[in-house]
Amino acid sequence: MSSLTPQRILELEEISRQLRVDSLRFIHRRGSGHPGGALSAAEIMTVLYFHIMRIDPARPDWEDRDRFILSKGHASAVLYAALTRRGFFPVSEMENWGEIDCPHQGHPDRLKTPGVDMTSGLLGHGVAVGSGLALAARLKNLDYRTYVLLGDGESQGGIVWEGAAVAAKYHLANLTCILDCNDVQLDGPVHEVMPMEPWDKKWQAAGWHVLEINGHDILEVVEALRVAAQIHDKPTMVIARTTKGKGVSFMENNSFWHGNVPNADQMKQALTELGEVNHG
Amino acid sequence: MAEMAMREAYGRALAEFGTENPNVVALDVDTSASTLSSFFAKQFPDRFFNIGIAEPCMVDVAAGLALGGFVPFINGFASILSLRALEQIRTCVCYARTNVKIAASYAGISDFKDGPTHYSITDLANVRALPGMTVIVPADAAEAADWVPIVAEYDGPVYLRISRAGALPVHQPGSPLQVGKARLLREGNDLTIITMGSMTGRCLIAADKLAEKGLSARVLEVHTLKPLDMDMILKCAEETGTVVTAEEHNIIGGLGSAVAEVLGDQLPTPLERVGIRDAFCPTGRDLEKLMDACGLSVDEVVKAAHRALARKK
Repeated sequence: MSSLTPQRILELEEISRQLRVDSLRFIHRRGSGHPGGALSAAEIMTVLYFHIMRIDPARPDWEDRDRFILSKGHASAVLYAALTRRGFFPVSEMENWGEIDCPHQGHPDRLKTPGVDMTSGLLGHGVAVGSGLALAARLKNLDYRTYVLLGDGESQGGIVWEGAAVAAKYHLANLTCILDCNDVQLDGPVHEVMPMEPWDKKWQAAGWHVLEINGHDILEVVEALRVAAQIHDKPTMVIARTTKGKGVSFMENNSFWHGNVPNADQMKQALTELGEVNHG
Repeated sequence: MAEMAMREAYGRALAEFGTENPNVVALDVDTSASTLSSFFAKQFPDRFFNIGIAEPCMVDVAAGLALGGFVPFINGFASILSLRALEQIRTCVCYARTNVKIAASYAGISDFKDGPTHYSITDLANVRALPGMTVIVPADAAEAADWVPIVAEYDGPVYLRISRAGALPVHQPGSPLQVGKARLLREGNDLTIITMGSMTGRCLIAADKLAEKGLSARVLEVHTLKPLDMDMILKCAEETGTVVTAEEHNIIGGLGSAVAEVLGDQLPTPLERVGIRDAFCPTGRDLEKLMDACGLSVDEVVKAAHRALARKK
């Protein structure tokens, strides 16, 4: 793990910006996708894929690699952006994303995209599947860590909490989950559709070590994941407070942008706001 | 030989095979004393995970264990696994192609004292429709035990249907078994009775009764509902000219439907289907009597055979 110099923070912030730009371009070109939840997760994905996780793009099946599950599978654009920028597959493969002959599916498919550790799409699976992966690591005496990114809307479903109980029962300290807590879901604010707060008390009561951070602050994300790796008796939940649609003013905190696609003008404005000089 | 419950034969076989293959792990949902995964749990406490009463979660945890290189056998009631946990089975086992083995116990109406909530009369329809799923229905206790090592070493998702009860013994332990290869249990020329699971023994008795009337019934055991041994089914249909199916399952979506699909597609042949007639079966005191009352008696098979023969050209 490289040390976090101011220079390194700037580098990671730049990668986050690129992941946002990539995500929007993928979605715009395809004409469908989920921009809001991709943008809210950009710093988290950056820190995982470019700073924390032990991975090797040349060996996507490496047994000792850290695992990642995008439980909120609809944010696939930002995962694909991270994987291409990390070198798991050429970005050119995303040019026909959405076409039948493109290997990369609307939602992540572990059998079709190198670097995708688990198929996802329908919500709720990540914590339970991640618990199984973490159990497997322990049984095999492997020291890889399992990371799961889940959404706050997704966490309204009961199976998330069933998985939470399993991880707590088996003291799966090698499992770290990050809650992309952007408080916006398809039909509106999470706190209106089905209030779930307080997240911290719920996860603490479930037997997890809980950290709460600003999910757009690179340093806070890095530090939280470092602390999680030092907890030895329980799984860790990092509650990352984020903004849905982060970085694009008209998308921020607006449930319309959960699953809608920017038109050409909106795309131009979005890229400008994201500091992208090249508008192609 | 004393009749052993299918679940006990399965449970003992799993514990035995656990010694042979250290990658086999087992999960249960607070039903290990019922499914008899308890034999495995006792022998391999470090490789057994009790998930509590949370079947969907068990499927997902097993998928994770499979991703991590293990061969998880998940144990629970067929009714809950094939309904409440069906989405997890679809997404995280079949679509993600994780090497999870689903030991679906208390299948059919074998949990006769607990009634319709606990019966699984649609499970085969549910899992058969999933791409990538292999579906196996043992005929008796010996066969259930014999499947364990084969299923464990088979690459990919498997649904292994286990009865709570002991079906009529049909097989000697260790008789040849192959995924997707139906077994001819009795030769015959006038008609073919195609069956599986607990109805297999009953169909053999029905064939005896038909023989008393001078009718020669062939009995084919299709233990693998998917992938279906279409060649063998077509061969039997062609050679005998009429077919009866019998299964401890709803008449919709199980073996009878699968055979009807094959025959309808490739070789239209008179077909009579014995099964539960699209109804919720009542609670009973005794499984054999309950099966008789639910349209699964030997007599129903014999009657279906006569109907089939009457339709034969």
